[in-house]
Amino acid sequence: MSVEIKMATLEPVRHTFTQIAKRFGDKPASRYQEATYDIQAVTNFHYKPSWDPQHNLNDASRTAIQMADWYVLKDPRQFYYATYVASRARMQDNAENNYSFFEKRQLAERLSDEVKNKLIRLLVPLRHVEHTANLNNIYGVSVGFGTALTQALVYEGMDRLGIAQYLSRIGLILDGNTGTALEQAKQAWMEDSTWQRMRALCEELLVQKDWFEVLIAQDLVMDTLTADLYYRQFDCWLADQQAHDVTMLLEFMQEWQKDRDRWLDSTLKLVASESDSNRQQLLQWANHWSGKVAEALAPIAMELIDGDALSRSMDALATRLNKLGIK
Amino acid sequence: MAAKKLNMKDKYKMLTRDLDWEFSYQDRKEAFPYEEYEGIKITDWSKWEDPFRLTMDAYWKYQAEKEKKLYAIFDAFAQNNGHLNISDPRYVNALKVFLGGVTPVEYQAYQGFAHVGRQFGGVGARVACQMQSIDELRHVQTQIHAMSHYNKFFDGLHNWNGMQDKVWYMSVPTSFFHDARSSGPFEFLLAISFSFEYVLTNLLFVPFMSGAAYNGDMATVTFGFSSQSDEARHMTLGLEVIKFLLEQHEDNVPIVQKWVDKWFWRGTRVLGIVSMMMDYMLPNKVMSWREAWEIYFEQAGGALFKDLARYGIKPPKYVDIATAQMDHMSHQTWWNFYNFGEAAGFHTWIPSDKELDWLSEKYPQTFDKYYRPRWELAKKMEAEGKRFYSKGLPQLCNTCQVAMINTEVDDPTMLVYRSTEYKGEKYHFCSDGCHDIFVDEPEKFVQSWLPVHQILQGNCGGADLETVMREYYGMDVGVDNLDMKGSPDELRWKEWKSA
Ligand SMILES: [Fe+2]
Ligand SMILES: [Fe+2]
Ligand SMILES: [Zn+2]
Repeated sequence: MSVEIKMATLEPVRHTFTQIAKRFGDKPASRYQEATYDIQAVTNFHYKPSWDPQHNLNDASRTAIQMADWYVLKDPRQFYYATYVASRARMQDNAENNYSFFEKRQLAERLSDEVKNKLIRLLVPLRHVEHTANLNNIYGVSVGFGTALTQALVYEGMDRLGIAQYLSRIGLILDGNTGTALEQAKQAWMEDSTWQRMRALCEELLVQKDWFEVLIAQDLVMDTLTADLYYRQFDCWLADQQAHDVTMLLEFMQEWQKDRDRWLDSTLKLVASESDSNRQQLLQWANHWSGKVAEALAPIAMELIDGDALSRSMDALATRLNKLGIK
Repeated sequence: MAAKKLNMKDKYKMLTRDLDWEFSYQDRKEAFPYEEYEGIKITDWSKWEDPFRLTMDAYWKYQAEKEKKLYAIFDAFAQNNGHLNISDPRYVNALKVFLGGVTPVEYQAYQGFAHVGRQFGGVGARVACQMQSIDELRHVQTQIHAMSHYNKFFDGLHNWNGMQDKVWYMSVPTSFFHDARSSGPFEFLLAISFSFEYVLTNLLFVPFMSGAAYNGDMATVTFGFSSQSDEARHMTLGLEVIKFLLEQHEDNVPIVQKWVDKWFWRGTRVLGIVSMMMDYMLPNKVMSWREAWEIYFEQAGGALFKDLARYGIKPPKYVDIATAQMDHMSHQTWWNFYNFGEAAGFHTWIPSDKELDWLSEKYPQTFDKYYRPRWELAKKMEAEGKRFYSKGLPQLCNTCQVAMINTEVDDPTMLVYRSTEYKGEKYHFCSDGCHDIFVDEPEKFVQSWLPVHQILQGNCGGADLETVMREYYGMDVGVDNLDMKGSPDELRWKEWKSA
C-alpha cells in the first residue's frame, strides 16, 4: 500500500528540459530530442579562432546556405550516439559473417584472374575516395552548424572510415594478407591514368572552403554516381561473371547507402525548400560538381563496366536531383 | 593457401594509415593549412605511434555493447524512481553543476576534436582525433540522458544548455574550451588531450564518480564508469601527442613547455568548481579534494613529469603555488557561491556540524584557522533568521574568469590582486599564472567576454540582476537559486520520503 502512495505522489515537476519544451511543449521527449536540439552554444564566444578570425567559433555564416533554424534538419533515422552505434554494430556483425565466410571457404581462389584484377585495380582504390569522404564529412562536423546536422555528419564520417577499411580488407583477402594487392591498388591510384582525374578531384575537394558545398559535391554528387556504378552496375557485372561471392563483401556498403540516403534526401529536400536562394545555390553546386565528377569517373566507368555505364549513372543522379527539388 | 597472420600494427597500417597519399594536383598545405603557424615543426608524420589501433568495426561493436548496458540501467533507474535512493537531496546540486559545467565542454571537445581530426596532415593522428570527437559526443548525450530523469524531479537542471554561454560562473569552463578551440591545432591537442585529459580528467572522473556511488546515484556512476574506457583511450592520445611533438624537433620543446605551463594553470583554475563539489556538495564523502590532488596529480603527475624530463620538459610553472592553494580552494569557492547564492542556478547551504568536523580533520592547517569561523558566523546568522546574500556579482579574473577569491600563499587573509595595462586599459587577475597568460597573449585575452562587465554594460537584457537571471539566463528565480533550506527541492524530497 505504501508503495502505491509513493508512486502517486511522484508527479514529475516537468517532463523535459526547457529548450526542448520551448520547441515541443512540456511533454515527455524522446532521447533523440533531448540529445539533439539546441545543445550547441550560440552566443558570447570569447575569442576569435586564430585559424579563422573572420568568424566566431560556432558560426552559421561559414556557408552560403542559410537556414532560419538549422534544427529543422532532423534525422529521420533519429540517430543519436547510442542508436547509431547499435545500428552499425548490427551491420558489422553481418559483414563480419560475410567476410569470414568468404575467407574460410577461400572463395577468392575461385575468382577468375579477370575479376581479381578488376577488383584490385578498380575497386580497392576506391578506399582512397572513401578516405576523402571521411575528411569531407568531418569537415562539416568541425565548422558546420547545429547538432541535428553535425551529429549526422560525424556518424557518416566514421562510416566512411569503416568503408575504407572494409575495402582495404577486400585487398587483404585477395592477396592472402601480404599487402601486395593493396600496394598494387595504391600504385593504380597514384599512377594509373584511369584514376588520375579522380585523384585530382579528391585533392580538389579537400581544398574547398564552403562545407555545405563539400557536402553536395561529396555526399550527393560523387556518392550517387559511384554508388550507382559500383554497388548497382558493378554488382550486376559480378553476377554475370559468376562472381556473386564478391557481392557478399559489398553488402555492407549497399545497406549503408540506403540508410544514409534516407537521411541525406530528407536533409537536402528541407534545405532546398527553405528558400529560392538555397535551391539555386544547391543547383549551381550540383551542376558544377556533376560535370567534374563525371569527367573523373568516365575512364573508370569505361573499364569497370562499359562505355554507357556512366550515362546510366548520370541518369540516376538527374532523377535524384529532381526528386530532391534541386532543379 | 593459408592467409598470412597479420600483427595489430601491420594490420592497422594497411587498413588505416595507408589510406592517405602524397598529393600531385593540389598543394597539400592548402588541404591541411593550419600546421605551421604555431611554430611547431613536424618533420615526419609517419613517426606517429598510434595510441590505440581500433578499426571502425571493432569500435562499433564495443561501443554498442557499452551503450546497451548503460541504457538498460538508465531505463531501470527511471522506472524505479532511482532518484529516491540518493543519500540526500543536496547531492543533486552537484549534478546541476556537472550538467551545466561539464556537459557543454564535452560538446566543445566533440567540436574541437573534429576540427583537428580534419586538419592534421598525419592520418594516424587524424583518425585518433576523430574517434575522440565522436566519443565526446557520446559523453554529451549519455550525460543528458542520465540527467533527464533528475530533471523531471529537481529544479536547476532544466536549462543547462541555455545557460552555458551566459551565466557568470559558467564562463570559467566555457572560456577554457573557447581558448583551446580558438588556438592552433597543436595547442588545442596539448591543452585538451594532454593537460586536460591526461593530467586533470582523473581528478574529475575518478573521485567524483566514486562520490556518485557513495551517494546512491546509480545513473551517474554508470555513465561515469562506462566512459572510463573512452577516457583511457583519450589519455593515451594525450601522452602520444606530447611525446610526438617533443621527438619531432628540438625547437618544439620551448613551445610545448609554454603550453604545459599555460594549460596546467588554466586547468587548476577550472578545478575550483570540482574541489567544491568534492568537499562540500557530496553529502557522503569519499576523500577530500586535497587527498584527490595528492593521489591523482602529485603522484600520477609527478611520475609523468619525471618521465618527460628526458625531453627537457620541466614540471609546470607555479605547480608549487597551485599545490599550496589546494588547502584553500574548495573553501573559498563554496564560500563564494554561498555568498552569491542569490545569483547561482543551484542551491547552497552551510555544512552540517558533522561536515564541518570532517573539513577540520581533512584540512588541519587551514580550515579551523581561516574558514570554520566564517561558517560559525553564518550559522549564527541563519539561526537568527538572517541568512545573508551578497548583492550583485563578484569581480572576475580577466584570464580564467573565476571570481577574485584567490589568496596569497604566504598570507591567506590577503586576496591576490594582479593587474596589467594594455593599450590604455587596465586588466585584473586572480594570480600570477593568469597574469602571465594574459601578458603572453594580450590580443586574445582582451577579447574575454566577462559576464559581470557585460551585465553592467547592458548587454544581457537589463541592468538589474534579477531580470538578467530570469530573462537572459533562463533561471527560475526563487526556485533554482537561494538556500537549500526551504527550497522546492527540499520540500518535495520531504514529501516523497514521508509518503
Ligand atoms: Fe569526454
Ligand atoms: Fe575525454
Ligand atoms: Zn585567473
